[in-house]
Amino acid sequence: MRAADAMMEALRAEGVDHIFGIPGGANLPTYDAIVGADLRHVQARHEQAAGHAAEGYAWASGRTGVAFGTSGPGATNLVTAIADAMMDSVPVVFVTGQVRTDLIGTDGFQEADIVGITLPIVKHSVMITDAAQIPVAIHEAFHIASTGRPGPVLVDVPQDLSKEEITYEPPTSPVELAGYRPNTEGNSKQIRIAAKALANSKRPVIYTGGGVIKAEASAELREFCAADRFPVTSTLMGLGAFPSDDPAWLGMLGMHGTRSANYSMDEADLIVAIGARFDDRITGKLSEFAPNAKFIHIDIDPAEISKNVPVHIPIVGDVAKVLPKLTREYQALQTDPSRLDGWWSRINAWQDEYPLTYEPGSEGEIKPQAMIQAMHRVTGGDAIITSDVGQHQMWTAQYYGFNKPRRWINSGGLGTMGYGLPAAIGAKVACPDEQVVCLSGDGSLIMNVQELATAVNEDIPVKVFLMNNGFMGMVRQWQELFWDGNYSGVDNGPSPDWVKLSEAFGAKGLRCDDSADLDEMMQATLDHDGPALLDVRVSPRENCYPMIPAGSAARDMVG
Amino acid sequence: MGTSELIRLEDLQASRTLSGRKHVLSILVENRPGVLARVAGLFSRRGFNIDTLAVGPTDDANVSRITLTLDGAVHPIDQVTKQLHKLINVLKIRDMEPSETVAREMALFKVSAAVENRAEIVQFAEIFRAKIVDVSRRALIVEVTGSHDKIGAFESMLRPHGLLEMVRTGEVALTRGGD
Repeated sequence: MRAADAMMEALRAEGVDHIFGIPGGANLPTYDAIVGADLRHVQARHEQAAGHAAEGYAWASGRTGVAFGTSGPGATNLVTAIADAMMDSVPVVFVTGQVRTDLIGTDGFQEADIVGITLPIVKHSVMITDAAQIPVAIHEAFHIASTGRPGPVLVDVPQDLSKEEITYEPPTSPVELAGYRPNTEGNSKQIRIAAKALANSKRPVIYTGGGVIKAEASAELREFCAADRFPVTSTLMGLGAFPSDDPAWLGMLGMHGTRSANYSMDEADLIVAIGARFDDRITGKLSEFAPNAKFIHIDIDPAEISKNVPVHIPIVGDVAKVLPKLTREYQALQTDPSRLDGWWSRINAWQDEYPLTYEPGSEGEIKPQAMIQAMHRVTGGDAIITSDVGQHQMWTAQYYGFNKPRRWINSGGLGTMGYGLPAAIGAKVACPDEQVVCLSGDGSLIMNVQELATAVNEDIPVKVFLMNNGFMGMVRQWQELFWDGNYSGVDNGPSPDWVKLSEAFGAKGLRCDDSADLDEMMQATLDHDGPALLDVRVSPRENCYPMIPAGSAARDMVG
Repeated sequence: MGTSELIRLEDLQASRTLSGRKHVLSILVENRPGVLARVAGLFSRRGFNIDTLAVGPTDDANVSRITLTLDGAVHPIDQVTKQLHKLINVLKIRDMEPSETVAREMALFKVSAAVENRAEIVQFAEIFRAKIVDVSRRALIVEVTGSHDKIGAFESMLRPHGLLEMVRTGEVALTRGGD
């Protein structure tokens, strides 16, 4: 069988039925093989977007995404998506074409050393040197991308090798790699110690991250937290793992988190970090982060333990396997829930004093926060929401109120503007029966706006709610607050006309500039049978609060 | 329930300390193209500084050994080894215990050797169990094998005689005993 056809068989054997990509010279054999393969290829308009769509697909479905690009510029266009998947631990297999083996190293047409370029931003990568390796590499790539701490794997396939004849039999046993054996169970002794420490804690906080969602451990998390009314906060990436309408929910923590979440971390005596990595957007000034706390850290990646913050009780394992054991050990101790009364009354006082709030706008003015609340109303709080990066992302995280996992898809670690629209396309392909909305900003959306063509041509009815303030809003906010209002490169001006632009792409375009019409216009956008964009003119100079200024401590929040 | 059986929070200790000494890491890797680049790239990306590096085959043709030394006063060695373990091509890492390890470097020194100096250089070489491996009219090349410190000491003895050129390998090491 031709190696390119064996690649398709291997992909099918891994359960793949959707691929996002763009063809070119070096991956012509692969694209020839796609035609007969029993899977859907979604033709993106830029390889970066193909990569983000594969990420969105992975986030929404819990499966491994697949993105294809050709050699040279096709491959380098994938780099941002690869880096994004690495930072947010998203399982995606990237397959790039490479020039013929006799041209490698000669600076051939569309040659780029993509394996070399991406070394620091992949979980693993492989350059095929023997045609028979192609399907083997695909199976190994899926194993590595999807197990342990998930991440991107790159398979670089020279054009000539994918045309060779090879023999391929689908593997009958799981992939085994000598240098890769993630530890999933968690050390029982450590789990017991953690339970006993927790039972002695007077001011505990549960700090969760995206790892809970990757581990499909939302139910386990809810059971664990219910064991003793533990207060729960989450990073941006973990939103939805714990329901935002639960009384134990403190809101998001970190730079734009709630005061109650950040103050609770500041005064906690014991913090249980679950699938979270103590990013600088969470810790602020490291030396003043949670100064009174000891740390339990549960994570599948041993290298995250004590990387940024020294941990007292490390538990390396799959969160979904560790949490039930921790819950059982904790329940066996039969603690007295009333010992947390004092802690809860302190937290409740913060919640009363510092709710998330904003100044109401003048008549007809659309406040960005109100726009998120309107989106919650019209979607019933149950849509898959993707976002880009900036103020609109933080407001969505603050005000949408996610109650389920895999409903919130955004670029957290890398902070990639231009992520939201392609990610929404991927999510909609993965979950065609769910409402999928990209809540974007005007600075971000234009960075991959060409994907409206993908949505229209491929008949993927995503909706875009554009929070249009005419600025690179978060940068403008920082220039206002920390650079003496010396605005530089942040005014987006009047171009483009988003309604005309949408219509030029063949999507529906709508505009709303009066708060009285907002719900109705949003509903009309959702009701449209096909891709649609609603350009919402929000207050241009609204700032996103509360905020921990970069490098400051949680108790020094402003706004 | 007696609280005595619980863990007192104030007794909990975090284990993240700098060892303050030199570490020799012996890393077994798959013998494939690009593996050294992955290891070296990891060190530069994470800001870890390699002091010495030696790469070579092992008794198994599919496995190579990278021996590298780094300063545990600057880098948390635990974090270094955990990051290395994340590389799929890395099979095994040993942070070698100094008292249980035999570690050697090799060096070649080209020394300007006027007739009146030669006897003294040869004498030093004998003391350090070094070998004269090349003799020309104006220079000698001396080969010496030994611990990092021994080679440093030998260098300081030779230097006053006019050290023209030198080259040192990275340290290679094996654990003592039969395991």
